[in-house]
Amino acid sequence: MMMDKPLTALIQPDGMPLDIAGYERAGGYQALRKALTMTPEAIIAEVKRSRLRGRGGGGFSTGRKWEAVPTGTDAARQHYLVVNADEMEPGSFKDRLLLEQTPHQMIESVIISAFAIQADIAYIFVRAEYVLSLSRLARAVAEAEARGYLGADILGSGFALTIHVHASGGRYICGESSALLTALEGRRPLPRSRPPRSALSGLWGKPSIVNNVETLCNVPHIVERGADWFLGLSRGADGGTKLYGLSGRVKRPGLWELPLGTSLNEILEEHAGGMQDGYECRAVLPGGASTAFVMNADFDIPMDFTSVQKLGSSLGTGNIMALDNQRCPIGMLRNLEHFFAQESCGFCTPCRDGLPWVERILAAIEAGDGEAEDLDTLARHVSFLNSDGTFCDLAPGAMAPLGSGLKHFRAEFEQHIAEKRCPWHETAESWA
Amino acid sequence: MTVFLIDGKEYTAKPDENLLQACLGAGLDLPYFCWHPALGSVGACRQCAVKQYANAEDTTGKLVMACMTPLAEGARFSLADPETAAFRASVIEWLMINHPHDCPVCEEGGECHLQDMTVMTGHAYRRYRFTKRTHRNQNLGPFIKHEMNRCIACYRCTRFYRDYAGGRDLDVFAAHDHVYFGRHADGTLESEFSGNLVEVCPTGVFTDKPFSARYARKWDMRGAPSICTHCALGCNTTANERAGELRRIVNRYNGSVNGYFLCDRGRFGYGFVNAPDRIRTPLGRGADGKQAPISREDAVARFGALLRAGGRIVGIGSPRASLESNFALRSLVGAENFHPGVSAHEGVLLRLVTDILTSGAVHVPSLRDVEHADAVCVLGSDLPNAAPRAALALRQAVRGAGIVAAAAAEIPYWQDAGVRTYAGEVRSPLFIATPAATRLDDVAHTALRAAPNDIARLGFAVAACIDPGAPAVADLSADLTAQAQLIAQALLAADRPLIVSGVEAGEISVIEAAANIAIALRARGKTAALMLNLPECNSLGLALMAEGAGGLAAALGEPAALVIVLENDLFRRAGSAVLDTALAAAHLVVLDHSDGPTSQRAELVLPAASFAESGGTLVSSEGRAQRFYQPIFAENDVRAAWRWLGEAGRAAGNNACAGWSTEDDIVAALGSTLPHFVAAPRAAPLETFRITGKRISSEPHRFSGRTAMNADRNVREPKPPVSADSPFSATMEGYYGKMPPALLPFAWAPGWNSVQSVNKFQAEIGGALEGGDPGVRLLDAHKDATLAYYTEIPEPFAPRPGMWRAVMLPRVFGDEELSARAAPIRERMSPPAIALNEQDAAQIGAAGGQLLACELDGEPQHLALEIHPGLPRGVAGISGLAAKVHALPAWIAVTTSGLGAS
Repeated sequence: MMMDKPLTALIQPDGMPLDIAGYERAGGYQALRKALTMTPEAIIAEVKRSRLRGRGGGGFSTGRKWEAVPTGTDAARQHYLVVNADEMEPGSFKDRLLLEQTPHQMIESVIISAFAIQADIAYIFVRAEYVLSLSRLARAVAEAEARGYLGADILGSGFALTIHVHASGGRYICGESSALLTALEGRRPLPRSRPPRSALSGLWGKPSIVNNVETLCNVPHIVERGADWFLGLSRGADGGTKLYGLSGRVKRPGLWELPLGTSLNEILEEHAGGMQDGYECRAVLPGGASTAFVMNADFDIPMDFTSVQKLGSSLGTGNIMALDNQRCPIGMLRNLEHFFAQESCGFCTPCRDGLPWVERILAAIEAGDGEAEDLDTLARHVSFLNSDGTFCDLAPGAMAPLGSGLKHFRAEFEQHIAEKRCPWHETAESWA
Repeated sequence: MTVFLIDGKEYTAKPDENLLQACLGAGLDLPYFCWHPALGSVGACRQCAVKQYANAEDTTGKLVMACMTPLAEGARFSLADPETAAFRASVIEWLMINHPHDCPVCEEGGECHLQDMTVMTGHAYRRYRFTKRTHRNQNLGPFIKHEMNRCIACYRCTRFYRDYAGGRDLDVFAAHDHVYFGRHADGTLESEFSGNLVEVCPTGVFTDKPFSARYARKWDMRGAPSICTHCALGCNTTANERAGELRRIVNRYNGSVNGYFLCDRGRFGYGFVNAPDRIRTPLGRGADGKQAPISREDAVARFGALLRAGGRIVGIGSPRASLESNFALRSLVGAENFHPGVSAHEGVLLRLVTDILTSGAVHVPSLRDVEHADAVCVLGSDLPNAAPRAALALRQAVRGAGIVAAAAAEIPYWQDAGVRTYAGEVRSPLFIATPAATRLDDVAHTALRAAPNDIARLGFAVAACIDPGAPAVADLSADLTAQAQLIAQALLAADRPLIVSGVEAGEISVIEAAANIAIALRARGKTAALMLNLPECNSLGLALMAEGAGGLAAALGEPAALVIVLENDLFRRAGSAVLDTALAAAHLVVLDHSDGPTSQRAELVLPAASFAESGGTLVSSEGRAQRFYQPIFAENDVRAAWRWLGEAGRAAGNNACAGWSTEDDIVAALGSTLPHFVAAPRAAPLETFRITGKRISSEPHRFSGRTAMNADRNVREPKPPVSADSPFSATMEGYYGKMPPALLPFAWAPGWNSVQSVNKFQAEIGGALEGGDPGVRLLDAHKDATLAYYTEIPEPFAPRPGMWRAVMLPRVFGDEELSARAAPIRERMSPPAIALNEQDAAQIGAAGGQLLACELDGEPQHLALEIHPGLPRGVAGISGLAAKVHALPAWIAVTTSGLGAS
């Protein structure tokens, strides 16, 4: 097993996932057997020591998140583990790979993690369009149940777990962890106010942990090999590998499992093969549509949590989108803001009514109908649609590319407004 | 109390409040939309943003939503901070993107919270230059108009309708800036609380449809504090008048009674006041045997002559007339000749309820107390139909346990979404035992279906489980025994247990059983609240005034020379055969405002004022005496019934009437004559009350058109009327400001034109009004009072072959006499029906919807069959025939012989 790429090691060349027998032959479910000999506290401690951080965009320490679940004799309430497999961030497609190609790795991860937080019901909340993931997960759950990895008394340990694979109703906001819980309850997917945190009052008011697919898939490997090994996989302070993706006009768009902290240049030049001939990369969104632009002068940064944050952006999902020189940045922003405006749940005012305004201004500027005051209006939205001003992180995410775009592409904005036209429109097809 | 700082100045508030409550309580103006004192906080609108500073050194601060921010000792905030002020203005600008600015044609204009908040933030110039989204509106039925384009998506409507009131058919649809608040399809809003959407909505999405058809601006209407006359709960309302017409009823906040909400019967039931067939002139029966208008002088003379003529005079009072008019009649005819004018059966029930409530041995709860009960047992009462506002209070009571659990997890009570999620299905126990399903069953721990006798037996058994000294129930079924134990345990475990029953239960034994539970709890050292609901707005006042269990049978048992009927349709109280016999030989004088079979029979009809043309005092089922005032100054002979009685009495030389010139005179006489009413004169300030020498103005100072509105008849401005009975001026002249809460004619404060301005009149936001909630309680429990256990336990219900025990199933729309005359209410009424268990229906071979024949009070009835699966076998539920309630309960035969059989 190529253990420097634990997440993707078992992906088969033919694209067909291993069935349970194949997965077991490759060493699958050994981590579970080991975990069941450990105490939940010991697993949490090991995960915490591994410095595994959330791969869905938040980057929160997984071990610390798990610690918040109430334990002890007076905390005998139902716990839930929920896997956020509602991958809908524009430009991100990493969880899909794991769900489709390594479903048993997902199931094993869920069982170990549920054991760690003492949850006896787990949900895998899957993006509705991921039909292949849904069917492969359902099959894997059935196989795992048949082998006694799931059910009332898992491998004779006394630990019981039921996994439900749930297809999302299909909105981006369902990927917001608290809205996801509300959606699972069968209600309108509105995000929830914190406090209370989900670890205290989550699904149906019970302590619940929501983790991203890629995050959880690291857990069996940490249990099996230990935190030190995991820390050694990374080039930075935080442990593990990362699924980096790159889309845009590169020679080989794709997805690679690389040490956490691999540099942006290396991903772009070595793994993606560099830009297509005749194109230059001006900037990237390093971790999906909700992250701020990183300009090409900074492409030597290591793609880890702290380095990207220092540049005013964030690692996000680690799925990079490249903006080339033949693309109108305003058009790109207009397209992104259209997505966010449409996917606003409509609960809080700034997001619901601010984002459509932003989108329309960007469309007007792109169409040559921009006005000088528009840049002030956009800037005002960037300053007000932050995590204090709005209810959840959708609008702040939407403002990340816009805020950095206003800063880095100021000249292009002003040119559109002054010339009353898009300088790119006659030379390149539109982004959308 | 917690001390906190706003812009460097110290304020205090209760420690469990949120910052928005605390700011409003401190008299500060902070704009908000989604927060509502009764609905709590969700943080949706982002309007109440303020700056919070970590400590004295922190100068940067953090933007927080005041409604979602708990208070902490010494916490520092700023409202004046320029960034948050700009943010608040920006929220309005966002809301205005799609708002149509159709204020000139919007019913909300002039009392719009959105207008007020817009001005408050200072936002004026809109920079948005693109198209607005539009929506299709829905027909939501006779009460509510829908104009979705005005929506600012604060989510208050669905939170009130669904979360607070338990409705199902209003929801939010779609997403982003297309969110749509309405029904899944056009159709009448089902909830009996839909009218509150008008006041809950901060702008003009949901407006009052009947009012819209006869519209006037808030500032163009006279307002009068009023009391709802459509059930016995005594909800406080404001009655608005323009041009001699009652335009609308809106909620008037009373922290102890109705709070912020009314039911639709109370809000939309006023149409009888404006009805074209109102009795507006005296009518005398002429030689031709027909009633014809006569002059006021003639009417008084005729009445006086009848009074002088001698013979037995019977006065029949009314549970829907004021204390003043009832007492005037009682004084005129003498206590021994005064009868309460209810059916014989209701008379017995009223007497029983009055004996229990006046014993002093039980706590009679206010609706606020009901909301805070932590275990509730309902015996025989279908409250959502009989007294909807009380059902709404019970719906809040069941949330108590969840709120306590959430508080233990440090989720404050006002964090509405968090509390509801955490609480889940955790509820304070509510047990309901009724013959048929009720609209409260969805939140009940147990909803038990039983015949009245078995409900009574259950109640007696609960009492016996609580206190072994209470009479035991022999041969109780195992099922009911288990239920009784469960209920007893829950009530004993509670701090504030509540027992609910009422006259609508229909059986003495059920009410006695409810009383026994309260007595038993008291024997175990608990303070038990006992709510006994009554049918009409002054049932309790009348019962406290009348002596004995005198129903109509007692009144008409012996021949009388003259029968005087006060605001009462006797044909709703007794069978026509009985009345025909009793009234055959008597002169009949009727004082009423609305025409009916009784007035049509009368020799003399005197046009009595409705609640809108006179003042008066009503006693609610809580025993709260409350005063209502007149918004309409009638230009015709319509006057308070007591004035007619006084004038006629004086014409007949009756000394009892000599001193009556104002309502205060009569209430004073009442208070000194009958001990129960000693406190009644304190229900509200007297007519002589003035502030800085001025009367209270009853029209807003912007009232327009006064000099022109009568110009079609006379170009000279008429002299404004002056109320003889109240401290109000009838115009905008006079005092408006801080005033006794019972006198608030309309809610307004500088910068606050909407109903939300009531904030400015509350001692504590969402709590009591400054100066105390209006009204005076006549019945208070005292320590030494005793009430003996009732011992007559009925036999278990046994169906009789071929017969059904007919009981009344109340209906919110149509049962109450006066509101049933209002056009929008009539649209919500459905034809009378008979309900049977499905097996009973099968037994007689009847299918749902089929017309069944039965006989009530000697009259044949053909009623459509409704199948009620929960109804006990052998019980038939009659609904939509409130005028026949005097004949129930009864054993009836039911056949499928159908139409034409009789």
